[in-house]
Amino acid sequence: MIRSFIRGFSSLWLTFSCLVLGCVIVFWGTLAQVQMGLYRAQEEIFRSLFIYWHPAGFPWKIPVFPGGYLIGGLLLINLLVAHVRYYRPGKRKIGIVLVHLGIVLLLAGQMLTDGLSVESVMHLRLGQTRDYSESERQSELAIVDVTDPKVEKVVAIPAQFLDRRSIFQPPGLSFQVRIAAYRANSEVSMQPAPGFERVQAAPGFGGDLWWRDAPSETALDKTDVPSALVDIQTGSGSLGTFFVSEYFDKPQAFTWQGRSYELFLRARRYYLPFSLKLLEFRHDRYPGTDIPKNFSSRVRLQCPASGENREVLIFMNNPLRYDGATFYQASFDPDDKGSVLQVVRNPGWLTPYFACALVGVGLIVQFLIHLIPFLKERSANETSH
Amino acid sequence: MKHRIEKTVPWLCVAGFAIWLFSACLPSPETGFHFRAFGSLPVLMDGRFQPFDSVARNALLQMRSKQTVLLDDGRPESATQWLLATLAAPEMADSQKIFRVNNGEVLALLRLPETREYFSYNDIQPQASQLFAQAGRIEGIENSRRTVFESQLMKLANAINLYEQLELSLKPPRTGDFAAELAAYTKSIRPGMVAMDDRAAGRSYDTNALGLFLGFLAGYDTMARYSPLSPIPPADNLVPRDEWQSVGTNLMLTAGDGQLNPATSAYATMVTAYRANDPGRFNHAVDGYRAWLATRYSHELNLASQEFVFNSIQPFYLATLIYIAALLLAFLSWFHGTDWLRRSAFFLVILAWVIHSFGLVFRMHLEGRPPVTNLYSSAVFIGWGAVVLGMILEKIHKDGVGCVVASLAGFVTLIIAHNLALGGDTMEMMRAVLNTNFWLSTHVITVTLGYASTFVAGLLAIIYILRGLLTSGLNPGTARALARMVYGVVCFATLFSFLGTVLGGIWADQSWGRFWGWDPKENGALLIVLWNAAILHARWGGLVRERGLMILAVIGNIITSWSWFGVNMLGIGLHSYGFTNAAFQWLLIFVGSQMAIILLALIPVKNWRSFNQNNV
Repeated sequence: MIRSFIRGFSSLWLTFSCLVLGCVIVFWGTLAQVQMGLYRAQEEIFRSLFIYWHPAGFPWKIPVFPGGYLIGGLLLINLLVAHVRYYRPGKRKIGIVLVHLGIVLLLAGQMLTDGLSVESVMHLRLGQTRDYSESERQSELAIVDVTDPKVEKVVAIPAQFLDRRSIFQPPGLSFQVRIAAYRANSEVSMQPAPGFERVQAAPGFGGDLWWRDAPSETALDKTDVPSALVDIQTGSGSLGTFFVSEYFDKPQAFTWQGRSYELFLRARRYYLPFSLKLLEFRHDRYPGTDIPKNFSSRVRLQCPASGENREVLIFMNNPLRYDGATFYQASFDPDDKGSVLQVVRNPGWLTPYFACALVGVGLIVQFLIHLIPFLKERSANETSH
Repeated sequence: MKHRIEKTVPWLCVAGFAIWLFSACLPSPETGFHFRAFGSLPVLMDGRFQPFDSVARNALLQMRSKQTVLLDDGRPESATQWLLATLAAPEMADSQKIFRVNNGEVLALLRLPETREYFSYNDIQPQASQLFAQAGRIEGIENSRRTVFESQLMKLANAINLYEQLELSLKPPRTGDFAAELAAYTKSIRPGMVAMDDRAAGRSYDTNALGLFLGFLAGYDTMARYSPLSPIPPADNLVPRDEWQSVGTNLMLTAGDGQLNPATSAYATMVTAYRANDPGRFNHAVDGYRAWLATRYSHELNLASQEFVFNSIQPFYLATLIYIAALLLAFLSWFHGTDWLRRSAFFLVILAWVIHSFGLVFRMHLEGRPPVTNLYSSAVFIGWGAVVLGMILEKIHKDGVGCVVASLAGFVTLIIAHNLALGGDTMEMMRAVLNTNFWLSTHVITVTLGYASTFVAGLLAIIYILRGLLTSGLNPGTARALARMVYGVVCFATLFSFLGTVLGGIWADQSWGRFWGWDPKENGALLIVLWNAAILHARWGGLVRERGLMILAVIGNIITSWSWFGVNMLGIGLHSYGFTNAAFQWLLIFVGSQMAIILLALIPVKNWRSFNQNNV
């Protein structure tokens, strides 16, 4: 039983089949992007065990083809079992072993990246300083104590928890937050329209608006805009129901026990222990044209903890790596007076570099192991003729 | 005697072609107008300095798919000659048949006869409003969703647009004697400015002086608005040296200080002399201007002159012709079995490759870039790499196979490159993310070599299949040698495509923080890696023998062509360059031909002529 298991999982047939299936799904996943967009194609075809078919009108989905994780996982098992089964110490296979080690590292590193990397953006106008970046897809409900104009105290509830219509007791605050209604993607209107209902909020602004549910966005360049009705409850009754939405930049404000608070529904923030200030943004073009030649942001990096205070130039193909985060020049404002930096925290970012080196060395070693005897044989043949 | 023939014929072959090449590159002296001296003058267009000759050739490629013009009497005219006429004497150029229209629906829309293929601006003008009305609608449609009619119409509309812009680039509309006009214009500046000040201050002013002055400015304003060319270098040393201006802009700014830029005067003289058919005065103005340029703009002048030389030698065209000759000789050597034919073919391949390399290096020098910067140059480089592999195979195996692979690959890729060049300037500037020589010379080169070697493996497999099936020439020894070649080349392809793909990932990590984003072009490269790995594992596991290996290698051709061209046609992702339907058609034809070869290979071995028992 175990022997046939090992034989099956170490066979080159399995390797060949997985590689061919891999080709099929890569091709499929590329074509599918035209219809369903990059994000959904990735989730359904590459980052899945099975590719499902959803027959119209049926509640269930049917697996029709192995997905990326299944094929990748099988290849990984196949590789490890085959190495255990066939491994013989010696020089002849050293290249092959290195190559496969590199591939294992590459696959493992990419799975690590899939699971652990966090991407966000930092939008800076000229002269602006920020010590946080914002998520492009996730939102949060933030309660900010602004009594002291110098120090903001923030308590944030990630938006995925708001869905449960529950009551939260924010740590350190003497009131409760009850979610009266939450829409993960919403539309807000100034006038009544079919499907829209009145926003039941008072005090604060928004009581004269209308809102409704919207289907979740799938396109890469669009995101959901959530809205919610939030009830602030104290020991002596409710302070009111506030309307918050990512459509507004303006917060709802209230006071309780002599302290001033602001209530936001906003893009999820990742605070940094340092800050960046945009000193200059450049959008260089080739002379006489609108073809972009380079984008660059000159920023001042200030880190109170380490006392660091220096200027950094971030430009295309030249990111800033600092404190485990990497800042890339990603986009800019249409008036060329603001810059958007992509912020990536990816603990596995170095694995492809090592993997590439391992595989490269392995392939070259193996190539030479085969080439040198071949050439020797040839020159021997030629001299003997 | 026979031995001597075998020794000398290959050398004679190379010597013959070399003499022909030399004579093709030697320019004949020019009497009359010195078009070459004019054609090599530098001008700023699309963000780079180029000679007028390149402007002319690229414009003609877009308008009539060729780099020369045929006059009504059948004589050829150089691109520069045509451009000079368009710039200096548009009313004459308007009757030259330079627009190629061969789409029946476009012809019908413009009420043009279907019996002709080339039309003049005057032919199309009467229906231009129809053309541009349609173009306005089509502009809103994505490239990949346009019908053949729509993309052909857009192509013509763009060509007409470019033509009209060129007509406004060197002289104001309706001006005859530009040199005389400039003298009048400089005289009109002071009185005109005074009149303008008077009018602004509410005083009485000289209406004639103002009218004359504003009349000139209106013409220059039109030029400044439409000219795609900036031929006027800054005369002021304080201005950055790459801020060249169009003639119109320059003349409008001249109103400030009344000082004519020497370049503008020189061009005005050239225009006047050309229109008056006065070669002496024209040549004098060109020479004088070149001498002036040499004092401060010698770098731009030299680059433009070098590019002019590159254009007129046309190394890739010459290399294509020699590859064809080599291919014929190599085929003959298979049927005739003589070694001197094979050696002659090999020598010619080397000669063609030397010219191919010369063109490649010359382009790198002109651009200041690694060899591959766009789809066009990837075709040139894939061919170059495939020829190197073919020559190595020939050196090792000495059986003509390497020669066939090398010459066929060189010939086909250069033809593909030629057709890709029809889209316009092939040395266009690199957009911001691509503006890095480091990654262009590592990732792009390795991944392109991966493409090249996968194609070589596929080509070897095709040779195996066709020779084995259709001829009796594939003996077991040759068959084994071919199988070894395919295996070796696939190993090579795996190495390069893997390294290229991972380096691409690292570049992506450097530029936007994502090693792998499932971008279509990345996926294309990954497909090649997976497929080559699949071939190797199938062979190691004994899952396929010789014939199976060949079939897998031919499938590699389909995958590589898809990665190289197909993904660009999806119109999504970071690598989508925009494409015409014509390229898609060719891709389908290629894929179809490879499928047919695979089907042929599936015919039972007993029916293959080479393996048929009766033949042995």
